[in-house]
Amino acid sequence: MVQSPGPAVRSLSRRGLQLPSFRVRLAPALQALGRRKGRWYLSSPSHSEQPGAAAHLREEELRPAPEGTRAPLASATARGAHQPDNTAFTQQRLPAWQPLLSASITLPLFFCAGLAFIGLGLGLYYSSNGIKELGYDYTGNPGSGNCSLCGVADQDRAPPPSCPCAWYFSLSELFPGPVYLYYELTNFYQNNRRYGVSRDDAQLSGLPSALRHPANECAPYQRSPAGLPIAPCGAIANSLFNDTFSLWHQRLPGGPYVEVPLDRTGIAWWTDYHVKFHNPPLVNGSLALAFQGTARPPNWPRPVYLLSPDPNNTGFVNQDFVVWMRTAALPWFRKLYARIRQGNYSAGLPRGAYRLNITYNYPVRAFGGHKRIILSSISWMGGKNPFLGIAYLVVGSLCILTGFVMLVVYIRYQDQSDEADDQE
Amino acid sequence: MEPQPFRELLLCAEEKRVGTRTVFVGNHPISVAEDYIAQRFCDNRIVSSKYTFWNFIPKNLFEQFRRIANFYFLIIFLVQVTVDTPTSPVTSGLPLFFVITVTAIKQGYEDWLRHRADKEVNKRHVYIIENAKRVRKESEKIKVGDVVEVQADETFPCDLILLSSCTSDGTCYVTTASLDGESNCKTHFAVRDTIALGTAESIDRLRAAIECEQPQPDLYKFVGRISIYSNSPEAVARSLGPENLLLKGATLKNTKKIYGVAVYTGMETKMALNYQGKSQKRSAVEKSINLFLIVYLSILLTKAAVCTILKYVWQNTPYNDEPWYNQKTQKERDTFKVDYVFTDKTGTLTENSMEFIECCIDGHTYKGVIQETDGFSQTDGPLTYFDKADKSREELFLRALCLCHTVEIKTNDAVDGATESAELTYVASSPDEIALVKGAKKYGFTFLGIHNGYMRVENQRKEIEDYELLHTLNFDSDRRRMSVIVRTQAGDILLFCKGADSTVFPRVQNHEIEATKAHVEQNAMDGYRTLCVAFKEIAPDDYERIDRQLMEAKMALQDREEKLGKVFDDIETNMNLIGATAVEDKLQDQAAETIEALHAAGLKVWVLTGDKMETAKSTCYACRLFQTSTELLELTTKTIEESERKEDRLHELLIEYRKKLVHEFPKSTRSLKKTWTEQQEYGLIIDGSTLSLILNSSHDSSSNNYKSIFVQICMKCTAVLCCRMAPLQKAQIVRMVKNLKGSPITLSIGDGANDVSMILESHVGIGIKGKEGRQASRNSDYSVPKFKHLKKLLLAHGHLYYVRIAHLVQYFFYKNLCFILPQFLYQFLCGFSQQPLYDAAYLTMYNICFTSLPILAYSLLEQHIDIDTLTSDPRLYMKISGNSMLQWGPFLYWTFLAAFEGMVFFFGTYFLFQTSSLEENAKVYGNWTFGTIVFTVLVFTVTLKLALDTRFWTWINHFVIWGSLAFYVFFSFFWGGIIWPFLKQQRMYFVFAQMLSSVSIWLAIILLVFISLFPEILLIVLKNVRRRSARRNLSCKKASDSLSTRPSVRPLLLRTFSDESNIL
Repeated sequence: MVQSPGPAVRSLSRRGLQLPSFRVRLAPALQALGRRKGRWYLSSPSHSEQPGAAAHLREEELRPAPEGTRAPLASATARGAHQPDNTAFTQQRLPAWQPLLSASITLPLFFCAGLAFIGLGLGLYYSSNGIKELGYDYTGNPGSGNCSLCGVADQDRAPPPSCPCAWYFSLSELFPGPVYLYYELTNFYQNNRRYGVSRDDAQLSGLPSALRHPANECAPYQRSPAGLPIAPCGAIANSLFNDTFSLWHQRLPGGPYVEVPLDRTGIAWWTDYHVKFHNPPLVNGSLALAFQGTARPPNWPRPVYLLSPDPNNTGFVNQDFVVWMRTAALPWFRKLYARIRQGNYSAGLPRGAYRLNITYNYPVRAFGGHKRIILSSISWMGGKNPFLGIAYLVVGSLCILTGFVMLVVYIRYQDQSDEADDQE
Repeated sequence: MEPQPFRELLLCAEEKRVGTRTVFVGNHPISVAEDYIAQRFCDNRIVSSKYTFWNFIPKNLFEQFRRIANFYFLIIFLVQVTVDTPTSPVTSGLPLFFVITVTAIKQGYEDWLRHRADKEVNKRHVYIIENAKRVRKESEKIKVGDVVEVQADETFPCDLILLSSCTSDGTCYVTTASLDGESNCKTHFAVRDTIALGTAESIDRLRAAIECEQPQPDLYKFVGRISIYSNSPEAVARSLGPENLLLKGATLKNTKKIYGVAVYTGMETKMALNYQGKSQKRSAVEKSINLFLIVYLSILLTKAAVCTILKYVWQNTPYNDEPWYNQKTQKERDTFKVDYVFTDKTGTLTENSMEFIECCIDGHTYKGVIQETDGFSQTDGPLTYFDKADKSREELFLRALCLCHTVEIKTNDAVDGATESAELTYVASSPDEIALVKGAKKYGFTFLGIHNGYMRVENQRKEIEDYELLHTLNFDSDRRRMSVIVRTQAGDILLFCKGADSTVFPRVQNHEIEATKAHVEQNAMDGYRTLCVAFKEIAPDDYERIDRQLMEAKMALQDREEKLGKVFDDIETNMNLIGATAVEDKLQDQAAETIEALHAAGLKVWVLTGDKMETAKSTCYACRLFQTSTELLELTTKTIEESERKEDRLHELLIEYRKKLVHEFPKSTRSLKKTWTEQQEYGLIIDGSTLSLILNSSHDSSSNNYKSIFVQICMKCTAVLCCRMAPLQKAQIVRMVKNLKGSPITLSIGDGANDVSMILESHVGIGIKGKEGRQASRNSDYSVPKFKHLKKLLLAHGHLYYVRIAHLVQYFFYKNLCFILPQFLYQFLCGFSQQPLYDAAYLTMYNICFTSLPILAYSLLEQHIDIDTLTSDPRLYMKISGNSMLQWGPFLYWTFLAAFEGMVFFFGTYFLFQTSSLEENAKVYGNWTFGTIVFTVLVFTVTLKLALDTRFWTWINHFVIWGSLAFYVFFSFFWGGIIWPFLKQQRMYFVFAQMLSSVSIWLAIILLVFISLFPEILLIVLKNVRRRSARRNLSCKKASDSLSTRPSVRPLLLRTFSDESNIL
């Protein structure tokens, strides 16, 4: 259909002759336009007096008619001749969904959301309330129990001497399991920026080169005074929490204390333990040799490869260490110490007297911190935290309340507008 | 170009103007004895580009960093580079680099286009006479003093003094369409002594010096003197005026070639001086943004100060650190929300083409009936004669139409295509005349052109009649008529005269008037331009006397105009009225409706035109800028020059008008809008010379006084018409309004090169792609094909764009505030150690990727009200007047919303983290999980907030909004799923995935997003209730109003050349 303009017509138009009638006739045939090589051509309409002619018209005449709603709005570019394509997008004529949040939609929405929220809130609240928590502050402030001696004695030497103390408690009923043992520190800014960057993840991933050359961020715990690289380097590692606990159960009054088995594994993130943290490759099958030529962090009583006798839980992959290295969000935080889930204690801690032996190593009184040891059960939503449940309950009731208010407003408005309609 | 250099240019032009320059024609020294001091003039290069290849990078960077935001981020970036910071410099450097690069590329491209356009002009070939030879040169090589040859239809390459032309009388015709918008031909004259120098050799022998003033931008002023040293040693001095000066940019018409000597070249030409450099336009939105930015900056500084102080307080116990981190805010571009509209007349309001409608001969109406015969839509079908006049009278009338004009035939190829005739192209100084000649043709009398002083006419019987053209009594705006004196083949001498009824009626026999007068008045009512035609036979004796008188007057050196006028006045008496014509100055399609709509939308429309006052005024009536009830206040040369001391008279008038207006309108300007509809409306007419009198007359305080009174008057008038404006004066007016109290937003619309400076000066420049070239649309911010599109552009697109941009601005501040507030709050929990709450990747990507596209799509596509509704109801535009969406109210609302949401994000997560073991396996979460929860809630909230605001969901909106959220989730998985070898710290490793394995966190995210959006949802629902009731009321009202709103009566149009009816 599309063809070059006939030579006769072309010469006519070149001479400036206009074919007005032709143009008028062609107007409805604009759909038959084809565009070729940047010029508009007309396919020839059935014209008896213009045999076989196709007119080559100037481009301006054939632009889509800027009528009514389709005014082309040229962009502000420097090119005056530039005209936007006549697409739905440039002409702002894209088909669109125009939702209106009318009361009839939102009212049921409010009620439904409110009910759902209240339901959820109740569930959350009760499961949070069902969680038992037992804690003890063993910071050792003077007169606060038998850890106060340790608390007073610790400050002068670094590393301070380890000092045993204990927390006695008794359960009158079963502490439902599984039970988790946390330690909690307060006023400890693990989220301090310079503290937080003071680590070398490459070193912790077991890269031998990084082991010998800790990152600069670790300074001043990058190298020991002797010039040896510190492994693990940095302030976070250096400040590893190193109090240890053991739990003893006295089944019968006056009877012997039996040690409750504490599961010290599986307390860190799976990915941290398995992917992010690795020991450097063993040298002659020995981790100690792998760490040869490195220094322990100054605050540590022993090198990293002696953190635990368990070969899968020592060195950089010691779970206590891995847990510690995930810096806490707030200046008071608890970290998981152990899980109690073995033997007789898988269902929880049975009633009876308990003794929690504490090896007090970690000085906190210097920065006004507190240490707590916490026994807690858990629910599907995590540890004890009434916030979520209460928040859901509040928001849910707010929803329903608003729903009612809206309903009233809506009905009154409806009446008014009906009246207004009647008046008119 | 920045305004600075431009102003300097003007300033230096001002200084230079004090002196004169001497130009030696052909650069031949006059005599050896006289020392020839070569004066240095600038070359003929036109430079509109801003940068060169070499200075592009430094200059562009400099300009970009002049923007507060860019500079701010540069500083931030530099600070981050130099000191130990919590975030890497990349975080702020990358977006900055991106913005700068994109802007630089855009500006570079635009400048490249300008370079290309300059080059086209500068490299054009021109012919210069050197040593009696025609030498082809590039236009930029022309020096002052060169003799330039210009051929027909070429534009003059620089300002030339006409020396000679191919015609014997040394005249040439010029159109200045691209300079002042007048498309008619103007006659320019050569000095008598050089007329004969028609060849290259003879012109080369000319020894002459031209003394003229230094370049100045006024197009209509030129003072000079040419001293011709011909054979006699004494120089002959002739004065030179604007009629001898050919301006660069004007086009030679109907003259084969001319010789002229260059006096002003390059950037010193009047056109270049009238070209106003492109300045960076700043909109009200941007001003608001800057204001808000300052507020936020101060908030930021306060935050930083608080943090720093607290840090040092805190440090007294444990650790230490540096300044606080802050985040980007962005800035947006232009919009429109207009208070004043300035429009050009010719080609903007009108089509610039006249059409013959009807005529009346001896009181009998002849009307061409448009018939479609065989698809021919032209009006050359048979004519309907309602009532026949005497045949001889009829023919006389048509002959008069054919003869009484200054139309010329253009036989060669029509380039400008302005007139559409199959065989003949008519060229005339006024489109009316063409329309009349064409009208005559329709009735069978065809004007075939002038051959050897004989006008040739083909009559109804296809016979050729020749008339010797004896004299043409030219049209001028004072006489408002023109005449020709011709000798018929039979030897009779006839005078034909046509002119405005007011000037013709007193000169004809009284008894003839009545019949015609009724028709003329009827036609004028219908909005046509009417002319009366009269004739008179001149006895041969009388003719000789007249001839002598005319010759004398024409030769007069002093007061030529006056003398001629007097002679004309004597001749044109005692004529016989034959009939009248009606010509329609076709307004652009829907121009009147557009103006009405703009008025209804509360905009003030000013018409700025280079045209004559009468023409402009009638157009203003036709397009309903002035209503019949409008009382006109005139400040024109005519009203002022009556008295000897112009300034006193001006002062008087100003005071008088002000008194009237102030008296009319009570003090409160707020009631203005209401009073418009009921009370007396006022229109102001002012012309260029009066304006310059007002704006820069006396240097003492009185001019300031004038100006302030004038401004007061202007503000009280509903419509203002400024005629006889030079391009720069248009810009001056715009600037004056721009600087009014409250700095209103101005919009200029025009089609010609003469509108360019006004388009550039105003906040929003709109170009119409008209007959006068594309300069206007090239320099404009927006370009439209027709004036009527302005309605939609302003009322619909302008409204939408304003709403969009306002929303965009607010949203940007909002989303960044609620982004940064948790970060700020977190400082209280991390010992003010500048610990970033969010990971660096999130920081960088937040504004670039996660939240950018939805708002982009919104600001491109949102239509909170249909385009149709907006177009049909101009009152909706009032809603956005006064920059309402960027006032403190909405700003505070958004700020509070952002603050609320930021608090919700932070404290929600904070309370959630009271136990950091949030999983059923009791594993604990760290600070990065904390930040990621906040960030996730943040991204979802701000995106969904935008979704709530979106009223117009196209597939693009769906795609970007849901796509952004999906991308965020995908990116987070991806970012946390890999140990990135290039990262020093694997902070985010598996944080996101681990986070999602906790039910509590899921519930918390949902809850927090819901709480954040809850007020917004509530507000929307309430608004919808209100809107629905409002809509119901509106529709009821509409139904009742629809009959009465628009009186479709065509407004009364003042007769084209007739008296002013409503002058005070």
